[in-house]
Amino acid sequence: MTHIIDAMPLVGDEQELYDVAVLGGGNAGLCAAPAAREAGASVVVLESAPRHYRGGNSRHTRNLRCMHAGPSQLLTESYAEDEFLSDLLRVTGNNTDEGLARLVIRGSAGCPEWMRRFGVRFQSSLRGTLHLDRTNAFFLGGGKALMNSYYAAAERLGIRVMYDTEVVGLDVLDGRFRGATALAGGRSLAIRAKAAVIAAGGFESNLDWLREVWGEAADNFIIRGTPYNTGTLLRLMLDAGAQSVGNERDCHAIAVDARAPKFDGGIVTRLDCVSLGIVVNKHGERFYDEGEDFWPKRYAIWGSLVARQPDQIAFSIVDAKTADKFMPSVFPPMAANSIRGLALLLNLLPDTLDATVAAFNAAVRPGRFDHAVLDDCRTDGLTPEKTHWAQRIDSPPFWGYPLRPGITFTYLGLKVDERAQVLMRGGEPARNIYAAGEVMAGNILRKGYIAGVGMTIGTVFGRLAGEEAARHASR
Amino acid sequence: MPADELIRHGQHVMTVCNACRYCEQYCPVFPAMEQRLTFATADLTYLANLCHNCGECLYACQYAPPHEFGIDVPRTLAKIRARSYEDYGWPPFLAVAFRRHNLLTGTGLAAGLIALMFAATLVGNGGTLPRPAGDSDFYAVVPHDVMVVLFGGVFLFALTALWIGAVRFWRDLDMEGVATLARDFRALGRALRDALTLRHLHGSGADCTSAEETRTPWRRWFHHCTFYGFLSCFASTSVAAIYHTVFGWQAPYAYTSLPVLLGTAGGAGLLVGLAGLLMERRRRDPALGDPAQDGLDQSFIALLFLAALTGLLLLVLRERAVMSALLIVHLGVVLALFLTLPYGKFVHGIYRTAALVKYARESLRV
Repeated sequence: MTHIIDAMPLVGDEQELYDVAVLGGGNAGLCAAPAAREAGASVVVLESAPRHYRGGNSRHTRNLRCMHAGPSQLLTESYAEDEFLSDLLRVTGNNTDEGLARLVIRGSAGCPEWMRRFGVRFQSSLRGTLHLDRTNAFFLGGGKALMNSYYAAAERLGIRVMYDTEVVGLDVLDGRFRGATALAGGRSLAIRAKAAVIAAGGFESNLDWLREVWGEAADNFIIRGTPYNTGTLLRLMLDAGAQSVGNERDCHAIAVDARAPKFDGGIVTRLDCVSLGIVVNKHGERFYDEGEDFWPKRYAIWGSLVARQPDQIAFSIVDAKTADKFMPSVFPPMAANSIRGLALLLNLLPDTLDATVAAFNAAVRPGRFDHAVLDDCRTDGLTPEKTHWAQRIDSPPFWGYPLRPGITFTYLGLKVDERAQVLMRGGEPARNIYAAGEVMAGNILRKGYIAGVGMTIGTVFGRLAGEEAARHASR
Repeated sequence: MPADELIRHGQHVMTVCNACRYCEQYCPVFPAMEQRLTFATADLTYLANLCHNCGECLYACQYAPPHEFGIDVPRTLAKIRARSYEDYGWPPFLAVAFRRHNLLTGTGLAAGLIALMFAATLVGNGGTLPRPAGDSDFYAVVPHDVMVVLFGGVFLFALTALWIGAVRFWRDLDMEGVATLARDFRALGRALRDALTLRHLHGSGADCTSAEETRTPWRRWFHHCTFYGFLSCFASTSVAAIYHTVFGWQAPYAYTSLPVLLGTAGGAGLLVGLAGLLMERRRRDPALGDPAQDGLDQSFIALLFLAALTGLLLLVLRERAVMSALLIVHLGVVLALFLTLPYGKFVHGIYRTAALVKYARESLRV
């Protein structure tokens, strides 16, 4: 089966035959490219974003999860293979390919050293953030700084990087990659290579695809990351007969401030006050236990909780007692001195919200508030109950934040083997097609998430895919 | 950008930064920011003067322009910093007058002073420049008492203006009184060490950024040459003053004497350092700075460079006939330099050190 949507004449040096074409310029692609280059291959990277927005969702990341035997400058204590694996099994509900998961975990141990060779810099663990300094190595300056280092290294190594170049067609015959068609500044290009690495992420920013899966509700989703993850390569590969992994309907979504930009709002649009107050829907009614568990363990369910509410909107409401107990949000809270006043600001019915808050306040049992533990502040007699950190909402000013589902990534991906080779539906590996990063993360992570594991998968598989692709090309 | 708009933009920038915090290990600006939830003008002034303009945070920022959040920390803080130089300048009318201070006004002032001194010398010497007979007697050209009164006066004025500016800055940043400084001996020591080593110009152990993924040590070394060159020149003048008043030893001093050695080393440091800094500015990504501030910087660099250059020339040519004219030019440049010190780039050293003291106090307390 051949998939070329455009057969315009080829122009200029694009007729050059590369050893390895890396399709996608995020973390996985920029790990695959130097790995292939150092193995002796000539490499081209096709990045659909312009230079400024290069790096896919990696530009919004901050760290990678790393197995390690003892304390170092980057990481405290130790984090063994089995503990890493059990963390992964816990969040995925055992729904993982253990062989590939162990491959990633073992590979993670060597990541920082390998990354440093390309100029990547890390924070020291002395002032770790988010209590992750035992398990996660933090990039100095975050993911965009990381990508800057990789791109500079790619340039030094003589890797050809083409920005604003979106792959729109793949020439794949019987599991063999022959070339790709790309659009660059209105020009159609044919890229030929002996092997390809698919590293183009998921489809979370493809609004049409989201609507296909989620219906009209998708119109109210906010996409936290890059607008360039359109899933084109994922779809082209599936159409070309690749085997999929993960469910199309599954995505990682958190509750973000509804005022966030449609794309690319990143980390600063998250809201950390849900567990401190109550959350109501557009009818002014509570719908879930806000104090079920520690926020870091629960924040990732709130995206789908809000997505299931009418019009996919909800409102987090806190009072003055808790104003300084959460990370400041980038958007100012809606503030009022009465619940009714706040209802008007949030476009809710004052009577309903007042009744909800009154019922909540009446149900709060006495306890000792402590946000650092699962405390004994709970409600009694409500549906749903709030089981921890329930305090009366009675100290003005009252603050309200509107919430929307914010998609981080989608789980649907390409099935790969332990050499990063894409598996076709017949079960045989595609001869010269490899995949790395978010587009194959579903092999290891079919649901749930633990911080920094996406970057670990991208780095380990990116490197592996690059090396394997170069090896194939040299045959 | 009007003041209010600049402050509002600064608040927007810091609010986004405070919700992100990815840059927290680059320099003290971000840990200092994290101790605050809101950003009043004084907070922004403090953070702006704490910023050494290393530039890392612009390239690391996923929200940098053209992103709709438009986060440009180095440029925004540079603008607020320049604003603070004006706000804390004393007397205020001079601070305002020098707001548009640039290369032209700086060198123009120097030229005016030189012309004035030429005229005064000509009038005082019956229409000719005095020609000391080969013994490099500066005081034959400008009498010692005139020099003391003129330079003493200008020096005292500059010192007073700088002092009042520093005190107002200190007070507005809501610092505790100077009296408690002795108690904060460690904080003071740490701040001075950080200031004298320019520790935060090469944040996180790497060199200073001049463009994306381009880090060089040169800006730091040229600044060291400039700063320590200036100190050395200042020391030279102080030693000479002590020689004159305490020991009664009259200038000119031998080439191997302390004032001449200090002055020569200092002058050379200034020439190398300032030329290097100018060169680095040209090479640097303009997005890292505030283009409106260029004039202020260039004027200071030019006057300091001219002062060093004419000073060194004076030393070499002090036994030649051209000495009289050269001395007047040198003195005119130095006068202009000192008169503009309180309203130009020079004050950054004072305010930044004060900000470093505040930062050291805050972080030692946490």
